[in-house]
Amino acid sequence: MIQAIAFYLFAVLMIASGALTILARNPVHSVLWLILAFFNAAGLMIIVGAEFIAMLLVIVYVGAVAVLFLFVVMMLNIDFAELRAGFVRNFPLGIAVALVLIAELVLGIGAYRAGALQLGIPDGAAAALPGRGNIDSIGAVLYGKYLFLFETAGLILLVAMVGAIVLTHRERRAYRGQQDIARQNARKPSEATVNTRPEVGGGVQL
Amino acid sequence: MIGIEHYVIVSSILFVLGVLGIFLNRKNVIIILMAIELILLAVNLNLVAFSAFLHDLTGQIFAMFVLTVAAGEAAIGLAILVSYFRSRGTIAVDSVDRLKG
Repeated sequence: MIQAIAFYLFAVLMIASGALTILARNPVHSVLWLILAFFNAAGLMIIVGAEFIAMLLVIVYVGAVAVLFLFVVMMLNIDFAELRAGFVRNFPLGIAVALVLIAELVLGIGAYRAGALQLGIPDGAAAALPGRGNIDSIGAVLYGKYLFLFETAGLILLVAMVGAIVLTHRERRAYRGQQDIARQNARKPSEATVNTRPEVGGGVQL
Repeated sequence: MIGIEHYVIVSSILFVLGVLGIFLNRKNVIIILMAIELILLAVNLNLVAFSAFLHDLTGQIFAMFVLTVAAGEAAIGLAILVSYFRSRGTIAVDSVDRLKG
């Protein structure tokens, strides 16, 4: 009973905040509604018994991605009213596409209800460890069967980090008379001065 | 009792909201990126729900990988956005026509 109440509470709150994310006039409010949606999704995942993913969702999405969005929204000085110009014009098309999509999904669920679809049967290779918690079981599977994919995920994050830095890094332009201490220290007398014997009338090379 | 269908319905509603968000805010890249995050959240919810109801952890592992890619995608997308804003002074999608695509 309490499970059903919690499910409906989280589900209704998540859908409402998802709707407000795309409808809010101010992008900062959008980000805040998005954070609420993430929290409620984490609650839904806890109900179903996936604590680790729920906590990961809170840490990664709320702690990193949403804060990144907030930073960018606040850093860029954008006239958001101008960006909303096509909102009403796009509304009918958007609603039409959404209705078609939801009709297809309802059709799928109806087919499952009618018994036309069979859910797959797991082979037991990634079953939860008996008598252990969610995190223990995930760790056993993640560091066993999916070790290579796990490492690849780390590589993807590294590439994303390097890419983001390269894209946003700004080389500071050297102003006139700027001192480069490393270049000064690396300078040797043998490289700095040259002994030449120029021909008379041939000019010198600087 | 809460069954798998409830989760599928909730996550499909969230998915459709995300798609609707892309259509409604066609000019604002930041909202479009947020709508993509909503879509990925719906997918994650589906993966986790099926994983729990089928007693197989693969879905949760894949939800983690989806999370990884979503984080990377958000970082790269926002970085592109920032550098684009620096050069053009706007983020309206319909003025992104430098490559004449």
